Amino acid sequence: MAEVEKPVKKYSLFSLARNALSFHQNWEKAWRSPEPKKHYNAIIIGGGGHGLATAYYLAKEHGLTNIAVIEKGWLGGGNTGRNTTIIRSNYLWDESAAIYDKALQLYEGLSQDLNYNIMLSQRGVLNLAHNLHDVRELKRRVHAIRLNGIDSEYLSPAQIKEMIPIIDISPSIRYPVMGASLQRRGGVARHDAVAWGFARAADARGVDIIQQCEVTGILREGGRVTGVETTRGTIHAPKVGIVTAGHTSVLAAMAGIRLPITSYPLQAMVTEPVKPILNSVVMSNAVHCYVSQSDKGELVLGAGIDGYNSYTQRGSLHIVEEQLAAVCMLFPIFSRLRIMRKWGGIVDTCPDASPIISKTPVEGLYINGGWGTGGFKATPGSGWAFAHTMARDEPHALNAPYALDRFTSGALIAEHGAAAVAH
Amino acid sequence: MSQINRLAHGGRIDRSKPLHFTFNGQAMRGYAGDTLASALIANGVRLVGRSFKYHRPRGIMAAGAEEANALVQLESGRRTLANQQATRIELYEGLSATSINCWPGPNFDLMAVNSWFHRLMPAGFYYKTFMWPAAAWKYYEHFIRRAAGLGVSPKLPDPDQYDQMNVHCDVLVVGGGAAGLAAALAAGRTGARVILADEQAELGGQLLGEQAEINGKPASHWLAAGESELAGLADVTVLKRTTVFGYYDHNFAGMLETRTAKLPNGGATTRQRLWHVRAKRVVIAAGALERPLIFSDNDRPGVMLAGAVRTYLNRYGVRAGSNAVVFTNNDDAYRTAIALKDAGVKGVCVIDTRLAPHGELPTQALQAGIAVIDNSTITGVTGKRRVQSVEVMTLNADASGVIGPARTFPCDLVATSGGWNPVIHLHSHAGGKATFDEARGLFIAADTLQASACIGAANGEFQLNDCLKDGFRAGRDAAAKAGFKKASRRKLPTAAVVDEAPARIIWALPTTKPIGQRGKHFLDLQHDVTVADVQLAAREGYRSVEHTKRYTTLGMATDQGKTGNIPGMAVLAQALGVANPGDVGTTTFRPPYTPVTLGAFAGRNVGPLADPVRMTPMHHWHELAGCKWEDVGQWKRPWYYPKDGESMADAVNRECLAARNAVALLDASTLGKIDIQGPDAAEFLNRIYTNAWSGLAIGRCRYGLMLKEDGMVFDDGVTTRLGENHFLMTTTTGNAAAVLGWLEEWLQTEWPELKVYCNSVTEAWATLTLCGPNARHLLAEFTDDMDLSADAFPFMSMQEGTVGDIPARVFRISFTGESSFEVNVPASYGLALWTQLFNAGEKYGLTPYGTEAMHVLRAEKGYIIVGQETDGTVIPQDLGMQWILSKKKDFLGRRSFARPDSARGDRKQLVGLLTGDPDMVLEEGAQIVAENRNNPPIPMIGHVTSSYYSANLGRSIALALVSSGRDRVGDTVYIPMPGKVISAEVTTPVFIDPQGERLHG
Repeated sequence: MAEVEKPVKKYSLFSLARNALSFHQNWEKAWRSPEPKKHYNAIIIGGGGHGLATAYYLAKEHGLTNIAVIEKGWLGGGNTGRNTTIIRSNYLWDESAAIYDKALQLYEGLSQDLNYNIMLSQRGVLNLAHNLHDVRELKRRVHAIRLNGIDSEYLSPAQIKEMIPIIDISPSIRYPVMGASLQRRGGVARHDAVAWGFARAADARGVDIIQQCEVTGILREGGRVTGVETTRGTIHAPKVGIVTAGHTSVLAAMAGIRLPITSYPLQAMVTEPVKPILNSVVMSNAVHCYVSQSDKGELVLGAGIDGYNSYTQRGSLHIVEEQLAAVCMLFPIFSRLRIMRKWGGIVDTCPDASPIISKTPVEGLYINGGWGTGGFKATPGSGWAFAHTMARDEPHALNAPYALDRFTSGALIAEHGAAAVAH
Repeated sequence: MSQINRLAHGGRIDRSKPLHFTFNGQAMRGYAGDTLASALIANGVRLVGRSFKYHRPRGIMAAGAEEANALVQLESGRRTLANQQATRIELYEGLSATSINCWPGPNFDLMAVNSWFHRLMPAGFYYKTFMWPAAAWKYYEHFIRRAAGLGVSPKLPDPDQYDQMNVHCDVLVVGGGAAGLAAALAAGRTGARVILADEQAELGGQLLGEQAEINGKPASHWLAAGESELAGLADVTVLKRTTVFGYYDHNFAGMLETRTAKLPNGGATTRQRLWHVRAKRVVIAAGALERPLIFSDNDRPGVMLAGAVRTYLNRYGVRAGSNAVVFTNNDDAYRTAIALKDAGVKGVCVIDTRLAPHGELPTQALQAGIAVIDNSTITGVTGKRRVQSVEVMTLNADASGVIGPARTFPCDLVATSGGWNPVIHLHSHAGGKATFDEARGLFIAADTLQASACIGAANGEFQLNDCLKDGFRAGRDAAAKAGFKKASRRKLPTAAVVDEAPARIIWALPTTKPIGQRGKHFLDLQHDVTVADVQLAAREGYRSVEHTKRYTTLGMATDQGKTGNIPGMAVLAQALGVANPGDVGTTTFRPPYTPVTLGAFAGRNVGPLADPVRMTPMHHWHELAGCKWEDVGQWKRPWYYPKDGESMADAVNRECLAARNAVALLDASTLGKIDIQGPDAAEFLNRIYTNAWSGLAIGRCRYGLMLKEDGMVFDDGVTTRLGENHFLMTTTTGNAAAVLGWLEEWLQTEWPELKVYCNSVTEAWATLTLCGPNARHLLAEFTDDMDLSADAFPFMSMQEGTVGDIPARVFRISFTGESSFEVNVPASYGLALWTQLFNAGEKYGLTPYGTEAMHVLRAEKGYIIVGQETDGTVIPQDLGMQWILSKKKDFLGRRSFARPDSARGDRKQLVGLLTGDPDMVLEEGAQIVAENRNNPPIPMIGHVTSSYYSANLGRSIALALVSSGRDRVGDTVYIPMPGKVISAEVTTPVFIDPQGERLHG
């Protein structure tokens, strides 16, 4: 495979020291801001993590470098920059375990691969059980994940307490903690850095990242895609990938495709920063809470989805209140900390809570979307598999189960229970 | 320490009420009316804490919510509060505060070594390093985490309570300054329901810190009169210490009220209250925030906002320094210079970036003998722990650099003003747009989707007289739009108009070397973000303001960039070569305006009230009987009833044996009950359930299975025909609300032509399930108007009559496979009947049984539990329930059976499992494989859904979903567990009474 290599100013402590001598005046741009060309070999619509990862792996793994990522706003500005940064691969079904663990494996070497520190912090992810049903379901997952060759443990309340001394495991709380699954390889990463790292590495391989350029139409001729109309003119390409979380249906509709996706607001928030107090990621489906502490010291908290369809990137107050009541139940010491900032994103959800990474009825047009509330953790795996699909015009075994036709065949991958967010 | 900076007179503090407090262990005194910040300044404290990244010494820079530096840890122990702005802590007796983010203290901080390496730590340095060797990141991260994080979390549960209020009003006025108070008065006089919320302990806003006059008298007179008038208006609510922190769609606002002057301690009341306000109109009079001038080393303790310096003088009677330089680009800061001079501060001079300032205020200053150095800038500040002097030079023609000789001014206070920014945060929360006023360098609220208006300083009106006019107009206007049009003939108050000359906007002031090469130009003081950082971000291609924010962390600290964001955005515009900073835009303002306590969001939904507890009428009997509880949704259900010394297994075995050999009683009240009536009720059930209902006779019961559109099992239960057009549906306990929602969704959105009405009656009835061979005998003692014989009262039928003189519906249905009678009585009779049954039941061996025994008993019969044997991927065929799928009619989910996946041969099917070792109880959720090995990855063929020890069978049993399970009956499968592999034989899922003789008996 021919790789277009271009000199990259490598990031390192050495380069940092050398640049310090010149007051950091000589750093190269992390990525260019090129004008769109008239023609590319492939276009990726959407400059979020998944789109940028797709471009990177198209260039790196498939030698396809005359490609453009077209972004309506600023790269990484959608759900990539709005999530709670949790990474894990503790999924029930084989199909899910395979692609999410591929993503986790790629994450484990991503800082070095991209030469951009994404601050992957494998501090362990716990999913709590609060009733007998939860216990049964979590154990089912723990066993399935283990037999899929992925690290997975079940913890008793005492073991949970040992790992997280500040959690309240007393039987007297409204929904006592009865156990937890633990994936030690799970954790968090710096979400912006994932987008920026992929952008920089893709740019270095020749990919044009075109921001502030909105796609307004998808051009087709005789059942195959020929390019896109944008606010900065027509751009032609024989292959177009739609990777526009939050607006997947909108873009698909431009090509006459109706997707079984509904879009909801999902909120997240951070507290004021405090010295380290919580080392692991704690998630609870039953009482709806997920929380971790960032390297800056903020508690990063996620709420549930709002129960209505929306494209506004903000949600309702009561959803936040329910979530924070759950946090106060599990961590009564957090009651006096304060929320510093909260925000919303739009999540595209499929009926089976699993994504679409697929060819479409339009030849040369591909869709990667429908990741619901949990796309961030899949970013590199998703991009890797989607790049394969776009380059070869056939899905990789990893994403073959995520084809659009599963909604007609019925071969669904029901992962409702996998998200901490109740659908 | 004495209050060396306290003035002898003036201010709104009460010198007759001294208060004692400690800061970093040192005893100090202040007065009632002080904030911690004003008291610290009064006591001569300059150094309050250390900065986030470089650990540079920092002092107080503001007087309100925009304070970026002076964060303290307030109190210790259970009531400690982290990262509190000293400017927003009202002083109280005994207050104890300490500096944060420094060790051992702010004067000598070991982490200050960071500042030696500052050259290696530009914006985003961590993205470029700590990558080698890969495995070392977790060690690097450990130290990064320890260094970051400002204050400390409490270590013990919060002892305080929080509550919430829901209110509607006609006009919500945000901010009780001149404009807000005027608006509240104007709206209140019309009779409208008005809420006026202000974040401070006193109304007045900026007026409290000024020497302004209204109607020729001190503004405090007008304030007092206005407040007293509002107090007399019945429909006006004035909330002090209340911040409107968020503005949401449909004119919904969130407000946080601190209910006690002593911030950390709720005392007898709730500490804070979160208000939910739905307002017809919202008037945003949130004022303006002064922005600093950005010059080299502008973070030194003693560099303060000019308005804040004035506030400390006028409101708190403290001098923030004894030798002051005022540095400004506008006329307003001359008020500070004059006030300082009047207060006896030495050497007051003004450095003005403008050429020959000539407005009313500069003229007054000159007349007062204040030196004005025009067309100049501060190029450097000396003094690490407190300002000692400033270096001043003349600006060159385009203000890109400095010329001429440097002059040094010794001083211990630098009061700076870069102009004022309207507080448009709330406007922006709810999707409002903003436009950039280039001449004044500020954002003004533009279009909004809400019924709201920004007024006064929040709308860029900085003249007091304009604020008053604007306030009265906006208040009247809002009330009128809310339907209150009563006119008021009162004369409006007026204030003198002071002519102010335009400011000269220079976003980053030059020094003798390029920016970043001499000292640091701080934009975000709390996160240590400098002009050079923003320029670096732009240089590296982080061109969007959102990229710059995230790359540099500008505006992401607890103050959310109240002083630094606008200058930062402008610096970015310059770095990008964008002429109009408005084209770069702001980052999105996000709630909350100031941080809001988690406890307040949670309100009373904590502790036992975290979620409502649903209890059956017999709850207390169960409790007295010593049952263990199971949480099922919000319900508490008896799990099992251990007797003295019994293990769980002992108790469950005893209960199971009683149910098959004597008689046992279950509280089944929690099962969902939906009353369905209407002429189309039977047709409705035909569509909702997979089987047919039209032919069901009155008084007969039928089991039904409900599917989602995708054909997957959603719920099950027995439905009984009570009349021609009247059915009673039962659902699973956990799904009751979801099923009712499902029924309503179809009735309301898809089949509105059907005349059917659904009503939840779950809590109207107590359900007592008698089960076992003696059930009939016991029940017979309680009824004389029902024939309980098997012929007269066959399985799957219902009779109405009396049980123990209580009107009852008795159903012969069974979830155990035993002869059972489900007695339904009005809920209020439940406990009485339950008790009576036990009084009479001893001779029959009556035993209460809980959910665990129920689960065992039904598993012995192979009855499924939705949510246990099903998981949203199971179709009826998988469960061997083809018999329940009508071929004659359509039903929800039927079409999905045409999908190829439904016909797949290797679908997972419900089977039984019997372990080789009869005492081995499999773990529920364990995975099943075909090969006898335990080295992952291993292909899985199914999982254990239910697993128990069956006392009735004297061995363990399990139910499982296994791929092609029915073809595997008789085969051996394997269950790999950590450390061992268990083998089991696949069987049919019915372990007891496959012919159903007990059921019908």
